[in-house]
Amino acid sequence: MSRREFLARQAGGIGGIALAQLLGSAGTASADGNPASSLLSRSPHHPPRAKNVIFLFMAGGPSHLDLLDPKPQMRQWDGKPAPEGMVDPTIMAGSVMASPRVFTRRGRSGVEFSDLLPHTGALADDLCVIRSLHTDSGNHDPAQLLFNCGTQLFGHPSLGSWVNYGLGSPSEDMPGYVVLNSGKDVEARSALAGNGFLPSTYRGVTVRTADDPILFLKNPPGIGEAAQRARLDTLRDLNRLHLESTGDQEIVSRIEAYEMAFRMQAAAPDLLDLSGESAATRAGYGLDQEDTRAFGTNCLLARRLVESGVRFVQLFHSTWDDHKKLDQNLKRNCLMTDQPAAALVRDLKQRGLLDDTLVIWAGEFGRTPMAEDHFDVGRPVKPGEEGRDHHPFAFSIWMAGGGVKGGHVHGRTDDFGYHVVEDGVHIHDLHATILHLVGLHHEQLTHRHAGRDFRLTDVAGRVVRGILA
Amino acid sequence: MPPRATFPSLCILAGLGLAGSPASLAGDEIRFNRDVLPIFAEHCYTCHGPDKAGRKANLQLDRREEALAERKSGGHAILPGEAGESLLMQRIGSGDPDEVMPPPESGQQLTADQIETLRRWIDAGADYEPHWSFVPPDPVAPPKIAGAAHPVDRFVLARLEEEGIAPSPEAPRATLIRRVTLDLTGLPPTREEVDAFLEDTRPKAYDHLVDRLLASPHFGEKWARWWLDLAHYGDSDGIRLDNARPDAWRFREWVVDALNDDLPFDQFTIRQLAGDLLANASVSQRLATGFLRNTVSDRQTGNADPELGRVRQVVNRTSTVGAVWLGLTMECAECHDHKFDPVSQKDFFQLYAFFNGAEEMNINAPLPGEMEKHRPARRVYERKRAELIAPLATRLDEMQAEWEERMLWTERNPGADHAWGRAFELLVTSWGRGRGEGQFEGLMIIKTPPGQRSAQQKERLQDYFLKNGRVVAPEAFAKLKIVDLSKELETLAREVPPLSRAQAMTQLPEPPVTRIHLRGDFRRPGETVTPGTPAVLPPLKTETSATPTRLDLAKWLVSPNHPLTARVTVNRLWQELFGSGLVPTSDNLGTRGATPTHPDLLDWLATQFPERGWSLKEVLRVMVTSDTYRQSSDDRSALSSDGRTQQDPGNALLARQAKLRLSAEGVRDNALAVGGLLNPTVGGPSVRPPQPESVTRENTRNPWKADEGEARYRRGLYTFIQRLTPFVQFANFDLPGSTTACSRRERSNTPLQALNLLNDPAFVEAAHGLASRVCREVEADESARLEHAFVLALARRPSPEEAERLGRHLREQTALFETAPEAADTLAPDPFPDTSAAASAAWVTLASVLMNLHEFIHRE
Repeated sequence: MSRREFLARQAGGIGGIALAQLLGSAGTASADGNPASSLLSRSPHHPPRAKNVIFLFMAGGPSHLDLLDPKPQMRQWDGKPAPEGMVDPTIMAGSVMASPRVFTRRGRSGVEFSDLLPHTGALADDLCVIRSLHTDSGNHDPAQLLFNCGTQLFGHPSLGSWVNYGLGSPSEDMPGYVVLNSGKDVEARSALAGNGFLPSTYRGVTVRTADDPILFLKNPPGIGEAAQRARLDTLRDLNRLHLESTGDQEIVSRIEAYEMAFRMQAAAPDLLDLSGESAATRAGYGLDQEDTRAFGTNCLLARRLVESGVRFVQLFHSTWDDHKKLDQNLKRNCLMTDQPAAALVRDLKQRGLLDDTLVIWAGEFGRTPMAEDHFDVGRPVKPGEEGRDHHPFAFSIWMAGGGVKGGHVHGRTDDFGYHVVEDGVHIHDLHATILHLVGLHHEQLTHRHAGRDFRLTDVAGRVVRGILA
Repeated sequence: MPPRATFPSLCILAGLGLAGSPASLAGDEIRFNRDVLPIFAEHCYTCHGPDKAGRKANLQLDRREEALAERKSGGHAILPGEAGESLLMQRIGSGDPDEVMPPPESGQQLTADQIETLRRWIDAGADYEPHWSFVPPDPVAPPKIAGAAHPVDRFVLARLEEEGIAPSPEAPRATLIRRVTLDLTGLPPTREEVDAFLEDTRPKAYDHLVDRLLASPHFGEKWARWWLDLAHYGDSDGIRLDNARPDAWRFREWVVDALNDDLPFDQFTIRQLAGDLLANASVSQRLATGFLRNTVSDRQTGNADPELGRVRQVVNRTSTVGAVWLGLTMECAECHDHKFDPVSQKDFFQLYAFFNGAEEMNINAPLPGEMEKHRPARRVYERKRAELIAPLATRLDEMQAEWEERMLWTERNPGADHAWGRAFELLVTSWGRGRGEGQFEGLMIIKTPPGQRSAQQKERLQDYFLKNGRVVAPEAFAKLKIVDLSKELETLAREVPPLSRAQAMTQLPEPPVTRIHLRGDFRRPGETVTPGTPAVLPPLKTETSATPTRLDLAKWLVSPNHPLTARVTVNRLWQELFGSGLVPTSDNLGTRGATPTHPDLLDWLATQFPERGWSLKEVLRVMVTSDTYRQSSDDRSALSSDGRTQQDPGNALLARQAKLRLSAEGVRDNALAVGGLLNPTVGGPSVRPPQPESVTRENTRNPWKADEGEARYRRGLYTFIQRLTPFVQFANFDLPGSTTACSRRERSNTPLQALNLLNDPAFVEAAHGLASRVCREVEADESARLEHAFVLALARRPSPEEAERLGRHLREQTALFETAPEAADTLAPDPFPDTSAAASAAWVTLASVLMNLHEFIHRE
């Protein structure tokens, strides 16, 4: 039974208004001028290039200089103070540190990737690398909020919330926005995937550990399958009786919410059970190795969720905040994430899902070309254990599928990867572009709150035409 | 249709003949505020409004003299009486895409009706009116309506009569007592209270009920949450570290007490914004300024920019006051002149200047009994401390003086010296971290000349220096064993019974100069401004000094001729009781806000509020004793005057009450109360009820250590608000973010809420509680027990169909659990009196069904 049929049946006994209100609610507005908060799918502003988004957020700020933006010119400056005038006095850092990594041209397109990303590099012809991202803050929280919610302030909806708000969710048994975590240091995630001032319908739902994947998904102890269904049946019948006596149409939505909850209870465990995947698939994502298992599991889950109709899947992996031991830590993080991320793109492509799915790999900022060699007051870092500090003025990300060019590099930075010198892309521009790709116009996707209309892109944002396929 | 650029709610009312409907349809005369302004604000002001920087073609339509002025090219945008000659009409009616206004790419085209409205308005003389909410309300007498005595009803009925709609009948008495009890106290009525009210045949029974509820100590708890949403209260710093603020609750306590005492709203305002500036301010008055302490604190190190953090806090305080008292979106004017409201960037920074000189400072706020224990031990401590420090005193003072000087130098020269940069960063991020102290308090003390520092300030700064001042002279620090001294002092201090503290504000002796932040960037200072209020509002009078203070600002907000404060506040009270305000945009009474549905009623209430001594309880009493409030909330969306058109689906005309989903805390409180588990203690520190382990681990720096015992069953008001990872049941039920003022909560309806109520152990426990008390309180008679359970949960008796269905559930589930004794034992380990193990388990599931009903989590 489809949801529409279900709703039609629910509404059948009540009279046409309930159904009409529910099905029509995407286009109607509530008293505050906002669209009604229906879970149903809505049509986009324009034909979309992508139906789903998988956002791999590399929290902490991966070093663009060691992964995606080669700077051979830095060799001759290695160990010397940065050129006069280049360094902003608010950024505290030491002398220039050339990347110890080796970059090679990959694929037919010849896009350069670091030797720390062998698997990702193998997909060079499918990836669009943007080397000219820039952001407004060099501190984690504001920068992560800006990247995920379009503002440095707390309390605003995240990208995934906006996309679901704009498009609704086609999934019949899962929420439209799912969040998966791996790595250490996981605080702040709920704010980064929050619904802000949008109804909590649009909140990112975290799929957690295997034994408790979605909060309160499992029946309480003592309530078996039959008792649970009996609770729901009695509940539905009583809710219907009350609907008949009061005409309160919100009850129709409440009944539907409970039925969807019940379907989630059945569907989620199956969806999260990876035992049906082939050995080759599992190995491809790195599920058979300790290092790659956590992120690989999340990548594979992301594919399964998208297959089942989940609109927006967000993965968090942290932390890439390498103030010291940069090289060692980067090796470790790349070991954990490179193979699974590449497997995800390849798997999506093989299944014909990549055309409809936009994959984004990004952190909140890049890292300084100068070494950070004094981490704490008066305590120099041991040679070979230097790190890089936060760097908001230029950094790199990659995207794949969903209407972006493959084998393409967009934008350029100076010889130190310090400033953008060509085709700068601000976070607002990236957001405008992502919304454009899923069929939404970033200036028209608004919500009235606190007395005014809010957008993901605030008062800025241009679609980056240069990366559109 | 996807969500488009949203339109003001008045569009929704179009066709009903309500305020805001196009006069061209209604056939009335054109009124600027009602008919023209919404068109201008929505379609024209972005480029031709109050914002100088955004203005195009040097055309300003929000001021009559500008709009009528001769254009450089000749002609007039608006020529009164001559629509045909007005350039504005030529441009909006043009068929040429290069000529037509608004430009096609804006997507803001006018409809034929709107163009006709503007034509008629210009022909009639193009008269402007000031925006309604900027003009003080006039005393209005309620219209005379036969059979209606209550002023509120007379306003509402007058409007309904115009539309030919009859009001709804009074709600059933059971609904009424549940509604008013939940609305005034946030808790459901007890069975005894329900029965007593149903049996009370006195004509004034309802008024007596209202009297009792307004006097209940739970009144302050319920309405404190209303106020704390506006104050955006939280128990932690927010931002990444999100450290606890263990004393934040003292402000919450102050609000609960103030509301229970019905502290007049003018005093309520003055103490929260400027209690520290009152003559001989008491501890209670000073801690009321904890209102201003609900800003988040960024205590991260690593490129921290302390001034940015401080500026964000001052901006937040400014915007909060703008939102809470003025009902305006002041924050728009942080970066540019307001696009729609006559609030300039200068206005914003004049308001900002009031708070720029206010600094965070925690104060001693001893609870009863503390001072007696503290004082003697403290004397001993002071003596021992002096003895310990004496041998090094001179050397320490020298080193500290140099350290202070270098700190100030580092603030002025960021990045100049790495080690000092880090030391400075530490000072402004770690001061009082985890204790909720003002993070810039240490720096503030350094900036206070030593002669003006209090003894407490001196001691606190010295403590900090001894612990963290090593950078000034690492060798000397090691040689003099200063770390050991610092530790010794700490040990000594732990022997003194502490005094409780509270968050408050203080005024800097020399407030920083306020300059406009060009484009909202504090690194680009513009014109210097002094404290002042927006030019469009009544002038500010100062009582004391030449430069107005926060106290002057607070008094101005509650001055008799202020057009906004009373309207904004009564509108929010109305919203709390009816689901929507008389101005539906309770967060915006500016030009882009909605037009009042009942302007005269709003103004009557706004003038009554100060007249009744600014008493919140009295205004609430007026509202809840009206027939309008007491109406049935059953649906009337099919209301129709002509048999076809649906009339007033949004209930703007108030022909019925509203059914409102309980708040996040209300859902919890209701379940605890009905389950007989609620701990009704009023006041006290925040608590952490249990939640799933995967959530408690989420905030790794601040793990959620669940309370045990009675603390688990306290009202939701007392649940610790960990800003970054709020209590998960609350997050599921639309707890607002605690970073900016929230004037109206969302009320969503989601599958996660269903899972939460069905499966969360806390709600299963509440269901067990309900089943258990029903079986204890009533003998083993199925229908009597069912009725009792139903009345406890919903205050009303079940219909025969409802009773029949529940009875069937009970019998079927009893049979089911007879075949599954282990499951029965899990659900009800100790069977209830005169009830089998299987039936006990069935009762738990039945109670859980009742507590999942749509009706259970709504007030009808």
